[in-house]
Amino acid sequence: MADPRTHRPRLWSSAATVGVLLLAVLLVPPLVQLDEQAVDLSRKLLPPSWEHPFGTDDLGRDLLLRCVYGLRISLLVGLVAALVATVVGTAVGAAAGALGGWTDRTLMRLVDAFSSVPHLLLGIFVVALFRPGVWPVIASVAVTHWLSTARIVRSEVLSLRTRPFVDAAVSGGATRWRVAVRHLLPAVLPQAGLAAVLMVPHAMWHESALSFLGLGLPSHQASLGNLVQNARSSLLTGHWWPTLFPGLLLILPTLAIAGLAGVWRDRLNPRRRSELTL
Amino acid sequence: MARMTGRRALAALPVLLVVTFAVFAVAAASPFDPVKAYAGTAGLTASQENLDQLRANLGADRPLLARWWEWLTAALTGDLGDSSVMRRPVADVIGERLGWSVLLAATAFLIAIALGTLLGVLAGRRRGGLLDRAVSSAAYTLEAAPAFWLGLLAIWFFALRLGALPAGGLTDTASDTVTAGQVARHLVLPALVLGLTQLPWFFLYVRQGVGDALDEDPVRGARARGLRERTVLTGHALRSGMLPMLTLVGSRVPELITGALLVETVFSWPGIAAATVTAATAVDFPLLAALTVLATAAVLLGNLLSDLLYGLADPRAGFDG
Repeated sequence: MADPRTHRPRLWSSAATVGVLLLAVLLVPPLVQLDEQAVDLSRKLLPPSWEHPFGTDDLGRDLLLRCVYGLRISLLVGLVAALVATVVGTAVGAAAGALGGWTDRTLMRLVDAFSSVPHLLLGIFVVALFRPGVWPVIASVAVTHWLSTARIVRSEVLSLRTRPFVDAAVSGGATRWRVAVRHLLPAVLPQAGLAAVLMVPHAMWHESALSFLGLGLPSHQASLGNLVQNARSSLLTGHWWPTLFPGLLLILPTLAIAGLAGVWRDRLNPRRRSELTL
Repeated sequence: MARMTGRRALAALPVLLVVTFAVFAVAAASPFDPVKAYAGTAGLTASQENLDQLRANLGADRPLLARWWEWLTAALTGDLGDSSVMRRPVADVIGERLGWSVLLAATAFLIAIALGTLLGVLAGRRRGGLLDRAVSSAAYTLEAAPAFWLGLLAIWFFALRLGALPAGGLTDTASDTVTAGQVARHLVLPALVLGLTQLPWFFLYVRQGVGDALDEDPVRGARARGLRERTVLTGHALRSGMLPMLTLVGSRVPELITGALLVETVFSWPGIAAATVTAATAVDFPLLAALTVLATAAVLLGNLLSDLLYGLADPRAGFDG
């Protein structure tokens, strides 16, 4: 993984995958003008073919189109959740690292407590009580994802605080607030940004798991997880394609974004060996 | 050693307390109403006096802190309240299902460790080789694959296409007694899928550990003494390469629980993870709260185990930390 020779192809294939998926999600719905909900019972459960590359589902809807819409919804939920989690995590981490002392201890104990509940379980708990709707799902994903960002930002701030430019700013009479906002925050943003990018596929995964369990998005907002859930009855009659393709569309962006983020991480920390993260 | 165990266990206690309190605080902040949940559809037609009476009986009108304290003290005596969806005491539900979850999780863990170690050694002995690249790519893909999706595809292939294994449940539908043979057959698919979801982490750790160990002096020394390659690989490289993985097994409990939530649901396995999902769907607060706290306790226990094993395996890591 750390081999620089493999960087270029990995970078290009990851970038191409992300690009194609983004274009599909952004351009297909406004341009194609096809109704992804259009039911055609004469065409139900057709296997993949040239006309329907992903086949059709039990109501005769084209699965490729359904998957693009599903990816669009999952991606949107993932992006918003990752954004919320990054803002919260950066704020908490920066506050803990910059203020130190009692604030630091309290905030980090809080992070520890949150981390002790398995993330999907915490998500399920929150969604169960605040259901139904899109916002509870976004909140439940965000509430489990800000912890790692808070830890990363805090440790980054702690190591930055001992650096000469911070000393210089302090001796120059800068206030605590000014040091935090003008000197510490800009320096931690790349790390927080990297964490945010890596968080998006993870957040999509969470949303899909919740939707699959029937606790996520309402079924008319067909996310990838809803698609897999709706395909269960078809699967039991031996039709595999409505299950296979939504899952592949969850794996593909995860691998591609991990590939991009891996290159980014190596640039950020050239000396640190690539870790086993995904 | 005992002192460290005690200290770590004591440090876990406040975390557990904070989590139990947070469970009640979140419920209090949510639109969830225990009275309406208890009354069900009858609540729609019941008079206001009846609802108020019920509210008083349930103690739902009392402050958050009082309700939390009452639950906590009752929980310490083994009384976790009644589950509305299972229509039984929560403690009974947990007692009946916990064993099945532990069986599933332990089998999955063993599969992941055995398979991960084997593949990790094979890949780690020649990093960058064909086998390593193939298995590593597969591991990253597997890590990205949702557990429920893998489970469904496994059902399709092994249960429907091949007809080799049952698709779910604990026993055959026709039988009403639980026999070991039936359980074993029904265990194969869920344990395999849950094991596969845990496999990438074990594999990548062993691969890294063995690969690094092969570059180090003990291995060079063993080679210089003319030991056989197999002895070097399993006796020297694997032993030091597996250490970090084994000591971190305890910290994998959260991922195991996350996987179990999905796998038990897909395979209708009668464990506590599937009960958690049922409780969440039905907004059965007493059951959901108890299972959330139980899972947290399992995570803390796993962390404690990790710390202990790490201390045992590496004497340099402080026993007084």
